[in-house]
Amino acid sequence: MVKGEGLALIEVKNLHKTYKSIAAVSDLSFSVDSGEFFGFLGPNGAGKTTTIKILATLVRPTSGTVTLNGYDVVRQATDVRRSIGMVFQDPSLDERLTAVENMELHGMLYGMQRGLMKAEITKLLELVDLGDRRNDMVRSFSGGMKRRLEIARGLLHQPPVLFLDEPTVGLDPQTRKHIWDYISEVRKSRGATIFLTTHYMEEAEGCHRVGIIDHGRLVAIDTPSALKKSAVKDVLTLRTSDPAVAVAIIRDELGIEPDLDGETITLTAPDDGESYLARLVALIPGITAIGVNRPTLEDVFLKLTGRDIRDEPVSALDRMRTRHRSVSRRGKH
Amino acid sequence: MLKPFCVCVYVIWLREIRKFARERTRLFAMLGQPLLYLLIMGQGLRAIFSIDIPGFDYLSFMYPGIIGMTILFTAMFASVSIIWDREFGVLKEVLVAPVPRSAIAVGKALGGSTTAVIQGTILLLLAPFVGISLTLVAVLQLIPLMFLLAFAITSLGVLVAARTETMEGFHMIMNFIIMPLFMLSGAFFPIGSAPEWMQPLMKANPVAYGVDAFRNIFFAGSEVLDFIVYYPLYYDVLVLVAFSTVTVLLGMQAFRKVD
Ligand SMILES: Nc1ncnc2c1ncn2[C@@H]1O[C@H](COP(=O)(O)OP(=O)(O)O)[C@@H](O)[C@H]1O
Ligand SMILES: [Mg+2]
Repeated sequence: MVKGEGLALIEVKNLHKTYKSIAAVSDLSFSVDSGEFFGFLGPNGAGKTTTIKILATLVRPTSGTVTLNGYDVVRQATDVRRSIGMVFQDPSLDERLTAVENMELHGMLYGMQRGLMKAEITKLLELVDLGDRRNDMVRSFSGGMKRRLEIARGLLHQPPVLFLDEPTVGLDPQTRKHIWDYISEVRKSRGATIFLTTHYMEEAEGCHRVGIIDHGRLVAIDTPSALKKSAVKDVLTLRTSDPAVAVAIIRDELGIEPDLDGETITLTAPDDGESYLARLVALIPGITAIGVNRPTLEDVFLKLTGRDIRDEPVSALDRMRTRHRSVSRRGKH
Repeated sequence: MLKPFCVCVYVIWLREIRKFARERTRLFAMLGQPLLYLLIMGQGLRAIFSIDIPGFDYLSFMYPGIIGMTILFTAMFASVSIIWDREFGVLKEVLVAPVPRSAIAVGKALGGSTTAVIQGTILLLLAPFVGISLTLVAVLQLIPLMFLLAFAITSLGVLVAARTETMEGFHMIMNFIIMPLFMLSGAFFPIGSAPEWMQPLMKANPVAYGVDAFRNIFFAGSEVLDFIVYYPLYYDVLVLVAFSTVTVLLGMQAFRKVD
């Protein structure tokens, strides 16, 4: 199914999307390789869902071109749809059907041959640990189970690309971790290209490459470690019996101006922080503690956008959905 | 292009039928309303509507109207459930699939029609209680006619729902579409005896043609037929077919643009 192995599977050029006066996406250009685990990181309203919807043919771009699996998302929408699996930000399961029924209807829509479909459904439901709940009504599932089912469903027709729009949003931390493990598992066992969006920093850390999007613009795109290296320096912290001497040594020997705060000395490493550890220990007598503080993607985001990425208040629609979910769960008991 | 279209129609239809089969309580809840109408309205109005035509009984006059009402309500509810599907995301799964979107309109209309026909057929069991004896031939004629009326209404429902995005919109549909269609269907009084100004409204109502078609079957060969029915059967059928065709095409067109 994948055309041109090794080439870019998704190719986005100068993509714009404007809703009335709002520029939801401005001048995006990037590509995703086959087999890659790609993450789009940005706060609420950054334009992540809009981008995914354009890539999935659900929204027409205002300008720019997108090719996916060699097909143009506007002119060859049906071929693109056949090439993708989709897990939407909001739930899209039929709650009044069973897990298997939801899967079967999906397989039929994608024109799967019956025997293959049945076998795949069994395999995928096992993969996401829903094998023993296959004939249960989706209504009775927890939020995490529904997400897992959606992931399995998205993979059923064996698409080269799986899109996941905020797959862990609204779930408790433990369930989030689980879903994350399933995604990694799925990626390894199915070898699919994964394109996901998130506003959780720690999730983006697990991707091969991360695109940081803010106000509809791509502000950076690289591997998590390269992003951190380019944007923020490592910070070393140490404590000694004689801070004044240590400060003088660092200034003279390393040419770095350290900060002294009470007993604690901090200095910013011009390059890889870890390489300074041994030198500092050798140079400074009486070190009682030393450590490197590696920047997180959170720091990268702060540096690039001047803002903190943080959970903003949930929208009215999200709240309504959550309420709907808890009501239907209560109804079960 | 044709195969994905048919597959999509079938999938949407199957989804409706599975859910309908599972919710038997809905089936009985939907039967409560027509029974109440027959018992209370029927019995109440029977006394007033004592027209001096031998063989005329108000209850048996109203009965085909009540079947039309049941089909109207079931079909309309089934098709506007698209608004729910949209609200709760179920529709998105189909929108992103490699199938023509116009098929959603047809699948929804057929699914709703099927459930409405099942409801209507169950109501036929009441015929003996309102003094109508049904032959097998009559039942076999009524089923396709019920389907035709149901399809006309679901097509209309789908067309309206495709352009409605909220639950408020749903209540608008209830108040400004279903109720007038019901009141002006000729279920309670014949078109011919309605005031002049009301007659054109009734003649513009597809439900009236469905009810009229049912009466054509129920009262075939009866001496009161001419008083009870307004149009010949073929005319009712023609109007319903034309109406369904236009609305389902418009509904398909509307779905091509849904996002
Ligand atoms: N259908 C729409 N109509 C108008 N504005 C929209 C629509 N969809 C998204 N937007 C706007 O586009 C911006 C990006 O939204 P979105 O892509 O949903 O962000 P994210 O998924 O990153 O939270 C927001 O300002 C949002 O309000
Ligand atoms: Mg979003």
